[in-house]
Amino acid sequence: MTHQRRTSWILHAVLIVASLIVAFPILFALLKSTQIRSVVLSPSLIPGPAFLENVRNVFLNANLLIFMRNSFIVAIAVTVGKTLLSLMAGMALVYFRFPFKRFVFGMILLTLMIPVEVLIVPLFDVISLQPPGTWEEWWAWLQRPDRILFQPAEYGFGWANTYFAMIVPFLASATGTFLFRQHFMAIPRSLADASRIDGATPWQFLQRVLIPMSWNTIGALAVIEFVYVWNQYLWPKVIIRREELQVVQVGLNLIIGTGEGVEWGYVMAGAVLSLVPPLIVFMLLQEQFMRGFALSESK
Amino acid sequence: MKDNAAFTSRVLPWLLLLPSFIILLVFIYYPAIQAWVLSLHRSNLFLGTRRFVGFDNFTFMFTGTLSAKYIQVVVQTFAYGALVVGLGLAISVVLATLASQDIRGARIYRLLLIWPFALSPAVAGTIFLFMFNPDIGSVNEVLDALFGIKPRWLDTPYLAFSLVVIASVWKNLGYNIVFYLAALQNVPKELNEAAAIDGAGPIQRFFRITFPMLSPMTFFLLFTNLTFAFFESFGLIDIVTKGGPVGPEPFDAAGLTTTMIYQVTLDGFGGSGNTGIAAALGNIILLFTAIITVLQFRYGSRRVQYGDN
Repeated sequence: MTHQRRTSWILHAVLIVASLIVAFPILFALLKSTQIRSVVLSPSLIPGPAFLENVRNVFLNANLLIFMRNSFIVAIAVTVGKTLLSLMAGMALVYFRFPFKRFVFGMILLTLMIPVEVLIVPLFDVISLQPPGTWEEWWAWLQRPDRILFQPAEYGFGWANTYFAMIVPFLASATGTFLFRQHFMAIPRSLADASRIDGATPWQFLQRVLIPMSWNTIGALAVIEFVYVWNQYLWPKVIIRREELQVVQVGLNLIIGTGEGVEWGYVMAGAVLSLVPPLIVFMLLQEQFMRGFALSESK
Repeated sequence: MKDNAAFTSRVLPWLLLLPSFIILLVFIYYPAIQAWVLSLHRSNLFLGTRRFVGFDNFTFMFTGTLSAKYIQVVVQTFAYGALVVGLGLAISVVLATLASQDIRGARIYRLLLIWPFALSPAVAGTIFLFMFNPDIGSVNEVLDALFGIKPRWLDTPYLAFSLVVIASVWKNLGYNIVFYLAALQNVPKELNEAAAIDGAGPIQRFFRITFPMLSPMTFFLLFTNLTFAFFESFGLIDIVTKGGPVGPEPFDAAGLTTTMIYQVTLDGFGGSGNTGIAAALGNIILLFTAIITVLQFRYGSRRVQYGDN
């Protein structure tokens, strides 16, 4: 018994230390964001009175409010769009029979191997080059597949410095399609047969059976996608060159700036505030996330 | 392919797939082809010139005057990746296993360990940049007071490299532990109990039961952590070290924390604006990623079945 008690005491000690290490840098940032300017640069970890002032300054004078708004627009649009598109693709792949199904699924899955980051140089061209000026030009371009495939891109979407650039390329998801497909295949076939015999259209089946049974998968996917988009850095940094359209991850670096005299109290307040939205999403959907993922793993 | 194809429609499945398909075609497949086209051209972002040069960009990288730089960048990307994955997964699997024991307050420990799940590379970098700032950072203030030293964390090569590794491992802890905890829910308790009755100690049980049962998850995390090291770490590195500082011999051809993706952006969008070289290096990363993905699917899926039996 004493042996057991000692082991559990060690266990508690290790877990407490680990929890502290995991939390320390964030707590550090939180404490620093409450201190007045003269204390911020000292190693003092005593909470100060300046939190609201730092928050107000970073929100209003350092554009954090604008960065956060942009991040919200982009992250919500991508999360909703991606979930919807993967749900549709997953449904097509499981509940219908059609030619080239394996090939189509393979094409979607193959994109797992091609992270957007490796494509930033060509994607930059595709997004930022101007579209053809007239329909005739467009038509002429379409008729030359050799030029489309073997020549550097001549036309693009003209989307540099727009939300579109940060939203549209990310709307399709191999991970999401894969997760929904796995989940749908685990739902007994008899359910789909029964609804069809009852005369349900595929749309009614989706609405009344599939979606109510898929909240765990939807929750898991929403967490993964929201966090992924909220945390993106490289692509917005490259494609967005106007400060009023920039997202919060890159915006933080803009707040740090390059010159001397960085307002670290503001920066730490910004860092802490930028953590809040994904943290809330994660906490709200934690149960679904764990279950949705545990389920898909055991299949 | 196993399916539950209960509905018949010629048009509907294609309509459902169309949006995903167009996006993937236009924003993944077309740029992927363009990446090869660009890598065969010598281009200049600022002059707007472009001409076909065959494989010159590739040979230039590995045999040209700057080959030392590109080889160093490849080598240190893998070194960084191996450290981040190895250290990160080892620490995470141990902590997740400990936090899933039946002890008082286990739920609270689990929550305390996973709440930074959503931490971003840029925020992790920002906090570390401030903490380890050589002149005003709190770490050096404390070290100065205690030992009278002020290490130049950000411009001493090996210190900067280690700092980036530590920040990355720390950044990934919450993420890795969440996934390990989810997988641990699926490890049957009876297995551990039976082994305990047979006299297996906790360490033996960890290596003989828990860890093997977790191997599908380990393979999944191996892949996501490598993806982090290859790509997402960009934000952290960009903020903490900006790819620098240049290392001592034989690592003096490039910044010691310059990873391949960092070099791609330097070449593609930095001062030189040489998109041909950037695209070629991007394609090399793509090849590495493809090899790792194939290995993951092959080896990973076999282990999944082993775990299910």
